[in-house]
Amino acid sequence: MIDVRENACDFCGACISVCPPDCIEVRESSIKIDNDICIDCDLCVYICPIEVLSS
Amino acid sequence: MIKDQYDLVIVGGGPGGSMAALHAAKNGISVCLLEKTRDIGYPVRCGEAMGETAIGQFFKPKNTWIAARIKKCRIIAPNGTELNIPFKKEKGYVLNRRIFDYDLSLMASEAGAEIYTKSYVKSIEKKNDTYNLNFDYLGQPKMIKSRIIIGADGVDSRVGRWAGIKTQVKMKDMESCIQYSVGNVDIDKNQMDMYVGRIHAPGGYLWVFPKGDGFANIGIGVSGKYSKEKSAKRYLDEFIEKKYSAATIHTTMCGGVPCAKPLSRPIADSLMLVGDAAHFVNPLTGGGIAGAMKSGMFAGKIASEAIKADDTTERFLQKYINLCNKDFASRHNKIYRVKETIQKFTDDEMNHIADKVTQIPADKITLGKVFTTAVLKKPSMIIDVMRMFAGF
Repeated sequence: MIDVRENACDFCGACISVCPPDCIEVRESSIKIDNDICIDCDLCVYICPIEVLSS
Repeated sequence: MIKDQYDLVIVGGGPGGSMAALHAAKNGISVCLLEKTRDIGYPVRCGEAMGETAIGQFFKPKNTWIAARIKKCRIIAPNGTELNIPFKKEKGYVLNRRIFDYDLSLMASEAGAEIYTKSYVKSIEKKNDTYNLNFDYLGQPKMIKSRIIIGADGVDSRVGRWAGIKTQVKMKDMESCIQYSVGNVDIDKNQMDMYVGRIHAPGGYLWVFPKGDGFANIGIGVSGKYSKEKSAKRYLDEFIEKKYSAATIHTTMCGGVPCAKPLSRPIADSLMLVGDAAHFVNPLTGGGIAGAMKSGMFAGKIASEAIKADDTTERFLQKYINLCNKDFASRHNKIYRVKETIQKFTDDEMNHIADKVTQIPADKITLGKVFTTAVLKKPSMIIDVMRMFAGF
């Protein structure tokens, strides 16, 4: 289960490219993580340049 | 207004998407470009540096595109040793990507491409030899058909994944990046600085690119291999505090740069990926504008040829891969190996190399000399560096 501080997010999409199951959707000003598909690998947490994601 | 069907739909309006649109439209096929944000060229997620030759192969640069002209580069080793490298033949630019990207999209539009912003593509479905694209335009769901799709949707590309292409980037090859555009910095307006070593930016580098009038892009890329321990933002904040404490931060931008090997098959039936989506980034520098423009141009041309030949199969689109390989992708594979070697250097080794290079007379220093000196430290690099410079 990944938590997103959406109001801190820059919506850059760095997390999308490392996500193994492709469970992140980033639009112009929104981010959604599908926790049903998420495998809790936390790679998105580690790649985020500004620490917006946490597990 | 948006039509129901096009020969080509391009997803993403960066330089790769616009070049694809321009060259496809020029060759007479119907083109629609969908961009998820409100403005082409914004937000900028880029250090904005590009070589004179790299841009010159496409256009004579307009003055409004150029924020600064780079005549020299300074590489700063972990221990602070500075290597001053004048650019002899090749000059560089720091661009205004907001203006540059927008102008490219205007060129595409003038050539006949339709461009729609605030268009977020949600899914694609293949129906025989046509794709259906489901997207939200101004928040309203829409569907269009296209005979070919070009995914120019950046490092966060999902178009490729939807088409079954493995685009996931390994953590070690993903650079976690943040950049501030700052004012009130006292820097040489013709010089770019690159801080290397694990102390500055593990698995990447930290850059200070001038933008004229005391403005600069100060940014950092940290390899995903190391960003777990300390985020890119923390490294950058510490650096700014130490070196440019008077800087005023105007914009904060983040991003990921795929410093990976180029995808070997960025195509599927009726579909091509260009630019960052295909990992067409110089793996050593992280520079992606030229690769995006080149691949976009090739993909746009091949798309128009495919439509005219009435053959949009993967087999036909192989021509696109051949063009990319010949032009830059094979070279990127070689540069990748050099990057891997450099990433293995410890800070002590980097300091040692820097100290050796400072013994070279100032007027004899070139980037090539720096690498040659590095090679003496790591003989296994010789072959890779030779390949990189010889371009084979």
